Amino acid sequence: MSFPPHRLELRGITKRFPGCLANDQVDLVLRPGEIHALLGENGAGKSTLVKIIYGVLHADAGQIRWNGHDTHIPDPAGARRLGIGMVFQHFSLFDTLTVAENISLGLDQPGPMDPLSARIAEVSERYGLSLDPRRHVHTLSVGERQRVEIVRCLLQDPKLLIMDEPTSVLTPQEATRLFETLRRLAAEGCTILYISHKLEEIRALCDTATVLRGGRVVGSCDPRKETARSLAEMMIGTELSTPERLPQGEAGAPKLQVRHLSTTSDNPFSTNLKDVSFEVRAGEILGIAGVAGNGQAELMAALSGEALVPDPASVAIEGRPAGHLGPRERRLLGLAFVPEERLGRGAVPELSLSENALLSGYAREPLVRSGLVHFGRARSYAERIIGAFNVVTHGHRAEARSLSGGNLQKFIIGREILQKPRLLVVGQPTWGVDAGAAAAIHRALIDLARSGAAVLVISQDLDELFVLSDRIAVLFHGRLSESRPTHHTSVEEIGLLMGGLFNHPPDEDEE
Amino acid sequence: MTLLRLEARGEASRAMVYATPLLAVALTLASGFLLFWAMGFDPVKALHAFFIAPLMSLRGLGELAVKATPLVLCAIGLAIGFRANVWNIGAEGQLTLGAITGGGLALAFYGEGGWWLLPLMIVAGMAGGALWAAIPAFLRVRFNASEILTSLMLNYVALHLLNYLMHGPYRDPDGFAFPESRLFEADAVLPLLVAGTRVHLGSLFALLAVAAGWFLMARTFIGFQIKVIGLTPTAAGYAGFNQKKIIWMTLLLSGALAGLAGLGEVAGPIGQMNPTISPGYGYTAIIVAFLGRLHPVGILLAGFLMALSFIGGEAAQIALGLPKAITGVFQGMLLFFLLATDVLIRYRLRFGAKRAVVGRAAA
Repeated sequence: MSFPPHRLELRGITKRFPGCLANDQVDLVLRPGEIHALLGENGAGKSTLVKIIYGVLHADAGQIRWNGHDTHIPDPAGARRLGIGMVFQHFSLFDTLTVAENISLGLDQPGPMDPLSARIAEVSERYGLSLDPRRHVHTLSVGERQRVEIVRCLLQDPKLLIMDEPTSVLTPQEATRLFETLRRLAAEGCTILYISHKLEEIRALCDTATVLRGGRVVGSCDPRKETARSLAEMMIGTELSTPERLPQGEAGAPKLQVRHLSTTSDNPFSTNLKDVSFEVRAGEILGIAGVAGNGQAELMAALSGEALVPDPASVAIEGRPAGHLGPRERRLLGLAFVPEERLGRGAVPELSLSENALLSGYAREPLVRSGLVHFGRARSYAERIIGAFNVVTHGHRAEARSLSGGNLQKFIIGREILQKPRLLVVGQPTWGVDAGAAAAIHRALIDLARSGAAVLVISQDLDELFVLSDRIAVLFHGRLSESRPTHHTSVEEIGLLMGGLFNHPPDEDEE
Repeated sequence: MTLLRLEARGEASRAMVYATPLLAVALTLASGFLLFWAMGFDPVKALHAFFIAPLMSLRGLGELAVKATPLVLCAIGLAIGFRANVWNIGAEGQLTLGAITGGGLALAFYGEGGWWLLPLMIVAGMAGGALWAAIPAFLRVRFNASEILTSLMLNYVALHLLNYLMHGPYRDPDGFAFPESRLFEADAVLPLLVAGTRVHLGSLFALLAVAAGWFLMARTFIGFQIKVIGLTPTAAGYAGFNQKKIIWMTLLLSGALAGLAGLGEVAGPIGQMNPTISPGYGYTAIIVAFLGRLHPVGILLAGFLMALSFIGGEAAQIALGLPKAITGVFQGMLLFFLLATDVLIRYRLRFGAKRAVVGRAAA
């Protein structure tokens, strides 16, 4: 061969799990120095494929060639020996250890700590990933934590770096810096396999894209020559309908008022809310942006009633102090609530859809009479939800865990909306949901607001917030910025706020 | 190349949930057959003596019901708690307390009883058991102390309390210092249900408990809350279910049922107070609860099965001269096979080498 061999070549990779074919005859070619996107909806088989490359899973059939040679990757250590590094979406770091200690734990031959710290400093300097090896991980931002994972890979001098949804936890500015690092690595000959479903960033970053659908390769393209819309349609295989944002109607009376809400927690790794104030009016959608871990979980708990707040007046629903009320009482005041975790909070995995309809429906729907469950009504309520929200399932008897993420989320959102709430609080409405379901969910939220309810959306997905919200505010380190009308702000401005640049000078004291 | 492999099922098999207890019984019988054969007994005859002969007389059937009664009463209460992740290991102590409080009334009103005494004893027995279970409930709700440890330790406290009472206040004044009470008078003894047996009113209570336990779990909103809390506590928090209330409720309920079981023993087959009221019914009930899949009807069947292992063990000792340990061996095999076959709920057995199967693509 006259030109250099491919870095990695996959031929006919097939992997089967009970009841599903996760990868079906997948071919993939990665060249040295290219940034290659792996695109696909949830369940398309992206994760399975990269786990096979990284040696976490083994293919049932197919060949792997590395630098032109047939190879077998027995486990992640074997992958690292070949020069394959991977940065996972969920970090595996110990909060109470330092950066250097964490990196040392992840290396196959760590060596003594001092030279390691020096190498960490050197590598992070060279790739523009500023990182202090002596800092404890719990003091780092999410973006910095990701740098720890990247530096850990870079220390092994990788020839192929796999990045799994790296920007889902980053602000737009942090993402831009990450892209610079990745471009520099690619220029040095390192191949980057980049997994994402954010189409704009793939168009900005990647040279080639391979699209997976239903476990198969359905196409490859140069993403710079495609539009986000054409990429999305390749991913889902049909034409995409995006909800239009209608001009906002008259904003009505405040349905939710939060006044000077502060929380304290015994858990040193939770984020306390500090003097959070905002209101949501009838007919509008307020979006709260922010990188995960800046107080979203605490705010959700304080709003749902899962955590009570000391001053009842700091959370008012329909003008009534509600801070001392539990979830059931708040529901009776008109609140409905969609938590961020679908399985395990919003739904009980092992129970049927009728039983899951009862889970939150008992408060506002006539499903319980004198202590007895009216199973017939729970069933017809579940069937109403399934019908109205096009939930794909084999019926109300299906266990919640048998539904795909998007269908379960449609069911949960439907369950809340059909209770005709006057106020709906939603966390991460379309996280990990396929594009078709996401569009349906967005439409339902907009329709609910237009019908006169107040809707609060807490999300890390800026694109989503710009589609949905009438106003956007940002949560950072437990503080909430002023909200601004969506059409008077930009992704850049919100991104700066997500990085903590509020208008007023930030005060450094933590309490 | 393996000839036999386990393959994960896509979802848990409901059929196997019900089939594995039967499979475990079959495997136990098969192993028993081999065991007896290896020991030089006629296995058919031995198994007949163990499992069939006790059931061939009215009296034997009656004994089966008498032994199953406290097991079922305790296990119904425990299972409801277990469903909610409330691990009450203290049924033995709660049973003892029920005997102490209910039986104490029989002694306190000795010679001055009436029709009202027995109902009062029943209420007192249930209250005693519930009160004993209230201690771990309070410690769990107030201090987050593990009810597994506190309820277990209280078993020993209850036993010592009983011993103290039997050597002191409860002792028969005319009993030559033996640690036994006076025999209860007729007003303080549960009426027999079937002539020629020792089956007493307590067995009816056990059947009622089975029905009520089923109704609670299958039909009421409390039962639904118990299920959700046990499966996914965070979802229960989201729904607004009060977990502390459920902890109190399940512990008090299982305590009351265990207390009723204890009262049923002293006011039933025993007929007096003595220091050995229970041969470990409260502990065996834990096995019964799991063998019965925490389902009331399953528990009823499992209660009879465990009762049969007690009675069959005794019969085998008498008929074949086998050691007392034979009861434990059979109970142990049963549990072992149940746990082993439970793997079939999530996995299926495949014979032969791996082969490719065409399935549907990922959703």
